[in-house]
Amino acid sequence: MRHIISILMENEAGALSRVAGLFSARGYNIESLTVAPTEDVTLSRMTVVTSGSDEIIEQITKQLNKLIDVVKLIDLAEAVHVERELMLVKVKATESFRDEVKRLSEIFRGKIIDVTSTSYVIEMTGPSDKLDAFVGALDENAVIEIVRSGPMGISRGEKGLHL
Amino acid sequence: MELSGGEIVVQSLKDEGVEFLFGYPGGAVLHLYDAIFHQEEVKHILVRHEQAAVHSADAYARSTGRPGVVLVTSGPGATNAVTGIATAHLDSIPMVIISGQVGTPVIGSDAFQEVDMVGITRPCVKHNFLVKNLADLAITMKKAFYVATTGRPGPVVVDIPKDITDPTIKIPYIYPKEISMRSYNPVVKGHSGQIKKAVDLLLTAKRPMIYAGGGVVLGNGSAELIEFSHLLNYPVTNTLMGLGGFPATDKQFIGMLGMHGTYEANMGMHESDVIIAIGARFDDRVTGVLAKFCPYAKIIHIDIDPSSISKTVKVDVPIVGQVTAVLKEMIALIKASDIKIDQTALEAWWNQVDKWRGIKCLEYDRDSKIIKPQYVIEQLYEVTKGDAYVTSDVGQHQMFAAQYYHFDKPRRWINSGGLGTMGFGLPAAIGVKLAHPDADVACVTGEASIQMCIQELATATQYRTPVKIINLNNQYMGMVRQWQEFSYESRYSQSYMETIPDFVKLAEAYGHVGMKIDKPEDVRPALEEAFAMKDRLVFMDIMTDRTENVYPMIEAGKAHNEMKLRVAPGTPINRELA
Repeated sequence: MRHIISILMENEAGALSRVAGLFSARGYNIESLTVAPTEDVTLSRMTVVTSGSDEIIEQITKQLNKLIDVVKLIDLAEAVHVERELMLVKVKATESFRDEVKRLSEIFRGKIIDVTSTSYVIEMTGPSDKLDAFVGALDENAVIEIVRSGPMGISRGEKGLHL
Repeated sequence: MELSGGEIVVQSLKDEGVEFLFGYPGGAVLHLYDAIFHQEEVKHILVRHEQAAVHSADAYARSTGRPGVVLVTSGPGATNAVTGIATAHLDSIPMVIISGQVGTPVIGSDAFQEVDMVGITRPCVKHNFLVKNLADLAITMKKAFYVATTGRPGPVVVDIPKDITDPTIKIPYIYPKEISMRSYNPVVKGHSGQIKKAVDLLLTAKRPMIYAGGGVVLGNGSAELIEFSHLLNYPVTNTLMGLGGFPATDKQFIGMLGMHGTYEANMGMHESDVIIAIGARFDDRVTGVLAKFCPYAKIIHIDIDPSSISKTVKVDVPIVGQVTAVLKEMIALIKASDIKIDQTALEAWWNQVDKWRGIKCLEYDRDSKIIKPQYVIEQLYEVTKGDAYVTSDVGQHQMFAAQYYHFDKPRRWINSGGLGTMGFGLPAAIGVKLAHPDADVACVTGEASIQMCIQELATATQYRTPVKIINLNNQYMGMVRQWQEFSYESRYSQSYMETIPDFVKLAEAYGHVGMKIDKPEDVRPALEEAFAMKDRLVFMDIMTDRTENVYPMIEAGKAHNEMKLRVAPGTPINRELA
């Protein structure tokens, strides 16, 4: 089953490789990983999307907690939460593509953030499956490049992952 | 007080009460070694190879409970230390390893003797640090000792670039007495509800087993384990790492369990209905094949490390906490409980355990004209009155030492259990002897293992550490040969060395005493003679039976009740019981 683990950790050099190294050393899957500092710059927030049986996920969370740099973590899949992913798509914007891509992007509530005479860069956020749907709807010949952040998640309600 | 980086490191070691620093100098740590030169409080032990520095410090830690401290240079010094660090990591030994690093301006440029020590050691340390600013040095040293010695202990590496220890740059030295880290809060006390549940389950057991591991030794929980076990009168088995945590001569002790455990311990585990695992981690050498592990048992597991719980074997009552604290709480609850142990069931259980004991699975041919390795260990036990510190290398001799030297006290049995590092024994013995100069220290080894750190005979000469080396010389890598006999139709591929040195001459070359023993009747007098030489290292090269195997044995894919037993002459084996 897919799990989305949200980790609050010390914003130290090497902290990311401790997490990545743990996953590879113990043979766990990483589907995606995003990380950036939080409002408190001494802390980073990392989101790891992984999959495995309940036993494996339990081990993953325990092993992550054991890392000295990890302050706290939650498995978002255990409670109600929202997920968003950011995607940047560079597409050909020539002739027939130019209007079609713009229309499609509006339907999916994407934003065109760079325009040249032959290309657009579209910015889109949403649940990962919405981004998948957009990519699916694009003519594959039109796509030049896709960059995705991997999902980030946050729990619903007033509780948060704090110190 | 204004100090340079090198002086800060040395001063922090003094503030931590470090007696010995095991190390080897080199370019990146020259400033540090100069700071060491100017003081006498921290005694530096110059080894002959960095791996040995880590093993010596590790064994110092195992035998005293205090952290072992190591200093190595960058590059090859650091990589040589890695095997020792991994050894300490798998056995949860508190250590601080200081490694030199190339100067901060050249890190990442493939400079001379540069390796990414933090990267290399990341998977085999509890934590590691790269000190990039002099201002962080003292606090980092404090954190290193704090992390290494608290919670589940482990090795911590502090990698220090050369410019950080520059003697011309000095800053005020402030060493914190206490430290807390927001991201690291080891638990001590167990969950009261879980402890209550565990006690109720224990008291209603019909066929209980106490399975205690290295956590009892590391957590100084031996006294509590003894009280707890005596209160219940349940059978006790120890893991390889737990030996000595419960007295081997206690009537409740039924030996070590696992791959080379006793018949009674393994059968007891298999037939048990309630098992309490205390500071043990269900290692694969303990459990045998997981699918057939303890099929009838409800399992209680006390461990300081949550990730040890339900890692391989799913447990029914997990308790995360320090073993000593949890056992104390359990003892109080047992004393206050209304539940009475079913004494009839317990008596029947003991009768069954005693029947298994009656098989005498550790019997061997005592009339042999060739020296049996088991006999040597038994004689060693008698000559040292069971009170020696025994270090070992890895292989058959290690198992014989574990089976036949009956450890009554914790921290006396010093071996590489988790990583199984050949070469551990001799440097370990030196570390133990430095910590306990008046105690008898024996290194039980084999002719293959001893050669992996043989150069430490020179360290022993320099620091006058008169340990006794019991070299069980069967001219084979015995354990490899045994597996090849059982699983590869006796194709002894590369498990034999054609050129084994003359160990007597070798020992003498280093200034020690060498003895060669090849008759059973000479073993006892030679041991007595060796241990009477209080101030000399004695290398006893003992020629043992080349074909002897370690029994019982649970082979790969087998369960606790599927042991292979020795068929010794004159030993009745009731196969129906098996």
